[in-house]
Amino acid sequence: MTNRTQRAPLVPVPSGFLMREQDVDKTPVLEIRHLGVDFGGLTAVEDFNMALGRTEIAGLIGPNGAGKTTVFNLLTNEIEPTRGIIMIDGYDTRGKKPYEICRMGVARTFQNIRLFRNMTVLENVKIGLHNEMKYSLGEAVLRLPRYWSNETVSDMRALELLSFFNMQDAAELKAGSLPYGAQRRLEIVRALATNPSLLLLDEPAAGMNPSETLELMNNIRRIRDEFNIAVLLIEHDMNLVMGVCDGIVVLNYGKIIAKGSPDDIMSDPVVIEAYLGKADQ
Amino acid sequence: MEKNLRSFFRRSTLNVILCVAFFAAVSYMISAKILNRYYTNIINLVLIYIIAAVSLNLTCGYLGQLPLGHAGFMSIGAYTAAIITTHFTLPDIGPVSGKALLFLIATVAGGVMAMAAGVLIGLPALRLKGDYLAIITLAFGEIIRVLVQNIKITGGAMGLGGIGKYTNFGWGFFWTVIVVAFTYLLINSRHGRAIKSVREDEIAAESVGINLTYYKIVAFAGAAFFAGVSGSLFAHHICYLEPGNFGYNMSIEMLVMVVLGGLGSISGSIIAATVLTIIPEVLQSFATWKMIIYSLLLVVVMIFKPSGLMGDYEFSAARLISRMLRRKEAAPKLPENYTEGGESDD
Repeated sequence: MTNRTQRAPLVPVPSGFLMREQDVDKTPVLEIRHLGVDFGGLTAVEDFNMALGRTEIAGLIGPNGAGKTTVFNLLTNEIEPTRGIIMIDGYDTRGKKPYEICRMGVARTFQNIRLFRNMTVLENVKIGLHNEMKYSLGEAVLRLPRYWSNETVSDMRALELLSFFNMQDAAELKAGSLPYGAQRRLEIVRALATNPSLLLLDEPAAGMNPSETLELMNNIRRIRDEFNIAVLLIEHDMNLVMGVCDGIVVLNYGKIIAKGSPDDIMSDPVVIEAYLGKADQ
Repeated sequence: MEKNLRSFFRRSTLNVILCVAFFAAVSYMISAKILNRYYTNIINLVLIYIIAAVSLNLTCGYLGQLPLGHAGFMSIGAYTAAIITTHFTLPDIGPVSGKALLFLIATVAGGVMAMAAGVLIGLPALRLKGDYLAIITLAFGEIIRVLVQNIKITGGAMGLGGIGKYTNFGWGFFWTVIVVAFTYLLINSRHGRAIKSVREDEIAAESVGINLTYYKIVAFAGAAFFAGVSGSLFAHHICYLEPGNFGYNMSIEMLVMVVLGGLGSISGSIIAATVLTIIPEVLQSFATWKMIIYSLLLVVVMIFKPSGLMGDYEFSAARLISRMLRRKEAAPKLPENYTEGGESDD
């Protein structure tokens, strides 16, 4: 396993982020402007702005109930935003269904693992490859040549993706029977199978011990470097967030209270107050 | 690819041979009067119920929804086909009998009509889940029944008589093979995986790019088509239709077959449909105890095997044979969950 701790040089961009130099002058993979959502009278997220470079790893942190997962659900349109614009690759996501957002290049994992538990590991990944395969219902039922060529290619691709996390030997096991850590990894593989340009990880280190977290940190960097994609992650484990992220957004009560590089965030008095003064954990 | 393809051909050939052998054996027994008319009728009824149960398994077992309107779709198929065969005649074309051709067309038309109804009811109903979908489809079944009772062409409450007895073992077996093969081949493709992923977790399925509405409608429409087909066979089996035939009792009966056989198991549905059709006939002599024994059987199976007789396991002739051969020599491993031509075990 390659361990690339070396960081690319960072330059400030207007959104308040530090971007990797190689991403400057490229359209951001994700751009959010004045995003807001109300649930009845409650404003869950308000005036949320951020941009994400093509190969950037960003962290979204904040105390419990700050609205982090709500931001993820807004990004994939599971919840329709009340205000604001989300642009993926420069395309507006308004009115798109979650499956269309996925085809636009956003893949995600879930805080409480959502695998297809009664299906095999390989099938789970192949569902991620669903839109890569191009054969119709008729071709499937009649088992025409396109069925065979597509299925063979996707079998190989699925095993290749599984081998990224060294899981190819578990391909025939039921996903629900895997140990916890492997289920988390499988969820990431399934997300990667959809060929995303932006990967959203919702608390990927939840329930992991320090050594597993360290491995996850390396894996997140490997994903960025080998798949050449951006990663946005929600995480409570500060070692992971500070260790892996290029930029961090801190959310409290649905509002951004700080934005910047890990070093800035760690010494920001507003952030320290939000965590120590108001956190309920 | 070549390996997969070759193994597929090998298994398919085996299944085709088994199907033909089974068909030939039963046909011979019928024509040689080893099986009398009473038994032949039961076999036909079993095949009709297998078609209905396997198709319901598509929505119930694979898509994971709970529809209670399967009898409604059967009813649409039955009346459509019966009206066509009673109103039209076709001349013989060469060796093809006009009656058989008309029956085929009528059955397909019955299926298509049921499928259209399935899409129509599915579009609004599939936005709902669980109990809500069950109630909507239940209401749909009742609407169909009342509609049939009140329009002229279906004979109203008087019923529709004079339907030719076209359903025989050949037709029943033909459609059973079609529905089993279709379901198996669909489920083991990217479309089938998408349908199963909807059952497992809708939010996750949508997050990896599965169009939920599309696949719900596909499964619903496919199930409705074959329900229509089984309805048509049913109509030409009992030769007389009345609206009460397709009450919600029948929908429940189908559901019981699917759940008892195992949600998501084609061979389970086949076994359960066979057993549950034959048991009432066998128990005919214990008339008073019939329903108690039948119900007790359901209770016992659900207590001791809540996942149904087969769970989501599939019977596979190829695997069975390879297991028998393995006693002598180590046979190559066959993929799990393989089935096709499962009707060879009915």
